[in-house]
Amino acid sequence: MLRGATRIIDWPMEGLQRLIGERRMPYVFLLPNLAFFGVFVFVPISINFLYSVTGGPALFPAERPFVGAGQYAYLFDCGSFVDPSSCREDHFWRGVSNTLRFTAFQVVAMVLLSLLTAIVLNMKIRGRGFFRAVYFFPVLLSPVVVALIWKWILQRDGLLNAGITGLGGDKILFLSEPGWAMFWIIFVSVWAHMGFYTLILLAGLQAIPADIYEAAEMDATPRWRVFWRLTLPLLWPNLIVVIVLALIRAVQTFDEVFVLTGGGPGTSTLMVVQYIYETAFSNQVQNFGLAAAASVVLGIVLFALTLAQLAFSQRKSS
Amino acid sequence: MKIAQLLTARRDASHRHWTDIAAYAYLLLGVVLMFGPVLWLVLSSFKTQAGLLEFPPSLLPMSQKEISVAGYPQPLPLFTVTMEDGTTRQLAQVRRVGIQSQMVDPDNPSQQYRVAIDKRVPVREFSLATENYTEPLARFAFPRFLANSVFVTVVATLITLLINSMAAYALSIYEFKGKNAAMLMVIGTLMIPITIILVPVYLVVTKLGLVNSLWAVILPGAATPTGVFLLRQYMLTLPRDLIEAARMDKASEWQIYWRIVMPLTLPALAVLAIFSIMWRWNEFLWPLAVLTKTEVYTLQIGLNAFQGELQTQWQYLLAMTVMTLTPVAIVFVFLQRFITTGIANTGMK
Repeated sequence: MLRGATRIIDWPMEGLQRLIGERRMPYVFLLPNLAFFGVFVFVPISINFLYSVTGGPALFPAERPFVGAGQYAYLFDCGSFVDPSSCREDHFWRGVSNTLRFTAFQVVAMVLLSLLTAIVLNMKIRGRGFFRAVYFFPVLLSPVVVALIWKWILQRDGLLNAGITGLGGDKILFLSEPGWAMFWIIFVSVWAHMGFYTLILLAGLQAIPADIYEAAEMDATPRWRVFWRLTLPLLWPNLIVVIVLALIRAVQTFDEVFVLTGGGPGTSTLMVVQYIYETAFSNQVQNFGLAAAASVVLGIVLFALTLAQLAFSQRKSS
Repeated sequence: MKIAQLLTARRDASHRHWTDIAAYAYLLLGVVLMFGPVLWLVLSSFKTQAGLLEFPPSLLPMSQKEISVAGYPQPLPLFTVTMEDGTTRQLAQVRRVGIQSQMVDPDNPSQQYRVAIDKRVPVREFSLATENYTEPLARFAFPRFLANSVFVTVVATLITLLINSMAAYALSIYEFKGKNAAMLMVIGTLMIPITIILVPVYLVVTKLGLVNSLWAVILPGAATPTGVFLLRQYMLTLPRDLIEAARMDKASEWQIYWRIVMPLTLPALAVLAIFSIMWRWNEFLWPLAVLTKTEVYTLQIGLNAFQGELQTQWQYLLAMTVMTLTPVAIVFVFLQRFITTGIANTGMK
C-alpha cells in the first residue's frame, strides 16, 4: 500500500527530472518550503509596513487610505514617556511598561534559577534522571493548561489561601491585586519554562571536561572558587545564549498571562503582544493600522535581540 | 573488587560537603513545587462540585456517604451524631428544619430523632467523581475540539516533515546557484515570530478564504526554519558515497531523497516530529486570532473559552484540563530522553 503510494510520487518526479534536468532538481526540492515562507512570512512582513502607514477599519490594503507616519505619531504621542497615562494610546504604553518590568524580573529569576538547578543536577546525585525530568516536564504543558493549573491554586478558596488561613493569615486575592498579579505571572512563567533553560545549561556543564575539576580537587580548591574561576567562565557562552533567548521570549509573553489574568486587574499585567492582539482582533473597532505599527516597533526590538544572539553564538563557535 | 569498594566508600564519606545536603533539599523542594500543582489539579478534578467548594479543601476527593433507607425513595446523607448522653452514632438525615435536623436510624427506620445541626458531622468516604470526565464529553463540544486538535497536529506535522526534509535535502546534498540566498531566507524567517506579523498573515489567510478553517492554523507554521536546520545538520553527516552509488545505479534524485536519505534521517525526523507535535498541540495566539467559530476551536482555544464561561463549574474545567494535558504527559513519559537530548543538542524548543 505504502509502496504503491510512493510509486505514484516517483513517476511524476522522474518525469520532471527528465524534463528540467538533474541540475535543476534542488530547486524543486526547495520550492514547497520557500513557497510557504514566502506566502506566510515574507509577503506578510512587507504588508505589515503597508498596514502601519495606512488607516481606517478596512482589512484589504487597497481600501485603506494612506496616513504616512500617522499611526506611529499616534502611538508615540506622549506627554512624558515615563508616565503611560500621559500618552494618547495609554494602553500601548502600559503594555510597554508592564512588559519591561516583567522581562527584567522574569529573565533574572529565570537565569539564576535555571543556573542553580543545572549546577545541582550536574552534581553526583542519585536519581538524576528523575529530578531532571521533574524540572523539565512543565515545559511541555500548554500555556492554557499551565495558567489553569495555577489559577486553581491561586483562586480565593484555593490551596494557597487554605495554607495561609491555616497559618492564621487572611485570604489574599492574588490575581485581583496588581502587585500580586505581576508577581504570580512572573512566578508561573518561570515555573513553566525554566526546565528548558536548565537543560541548555546542563548540556553546557556536561561539556566541561572532568579532568579540569579533578585538578582543582587535587589542589583542594574550595568549591565556590571552583565555581567562580572555572565553571562560570567556561559556561559563559551558554549563559549568554540563555539570557538572550529568555529576553526574546519574555518580550513576547502573551499566552499564560492572557489566560491567567487577562491583562488585569485593570491593565496592570497587560503585555505588548496582548495589546497588539486586542487592537487588531478583539476590540469593538479593529484597528489593524495601529496594531501593525505596534508590531513593527516590537519587531525592531526583537530584531536587535536576535542580532545580539547571532553575534554571541558566532563568537561561541569560533 | 573489595578494595575498590573500600576506596570509593572512603572517598565519598570524606568528601561529603554541606552543599550535597543542600542539593538534595533543593531537589526535594523542586519535586513539590514542580509536580505538586499538577498532582493537585488531577486530585481536584475528581472532586464533586460540592467537594470543590469546600474550604479548606480536602487533599483527596471525598464526598458524603449516602445510604438508602427502607421507606425513603432517595438515598439519604449519612452523619455521625453526638447524642445527648454523649455517645455517637451514625444517622441518616431525612430533612433539615432551620437549625434542627430530622434524622433516622438506618438500621431501624421507624426510630426518628431531632438533632441540632451543630451536633452532626458528615460521614465522608473516598470517591472519584468520574462524571466530571464523562459529562463534558457528552454535553460540551469537547470531543469536537479534541478531534480538531488531533487533525491539526497530525496533518501539520506530516506537512512539516515532508517540506522541511525536502528543503534540507536540497540545502545539504547539492551545490547550486542561489543556495546561499536560500539559506539566508531560512535564517531570516528564524527571526520573525508570528507575534509580529499577526495582521498581515490574517490578511493572507482571509485572501485564501481560510478564516475559520483548520487549514488556517495548519499552513502558516508548516515551514519551520528550525526544522530545516535540524534536518540539514543531520543530512550533512550522511556518507556521500551512498548517494553517488545510487546515482550510478540510475536512481532519480527523488528516489535518492525518498528511498535513501529519508530512511537514514529517521532519528532527526523523529526529533522534529516530537517538536512539531508539541508546538501544534499547544499553539495558542494564532488559533485564537483566526478561529472565531466554536466548531473549529482547537482544544486550547476551547479550554480558554470554557474558563470564561464555566467559572462556577470548576469540576468540568479541571477534568478537561487534565484530559488536555494527558497526551502530552504520555508522550513525555515515553520519549523523555529523546526530547531532552533533542533540546540539548539543538537549543530549540
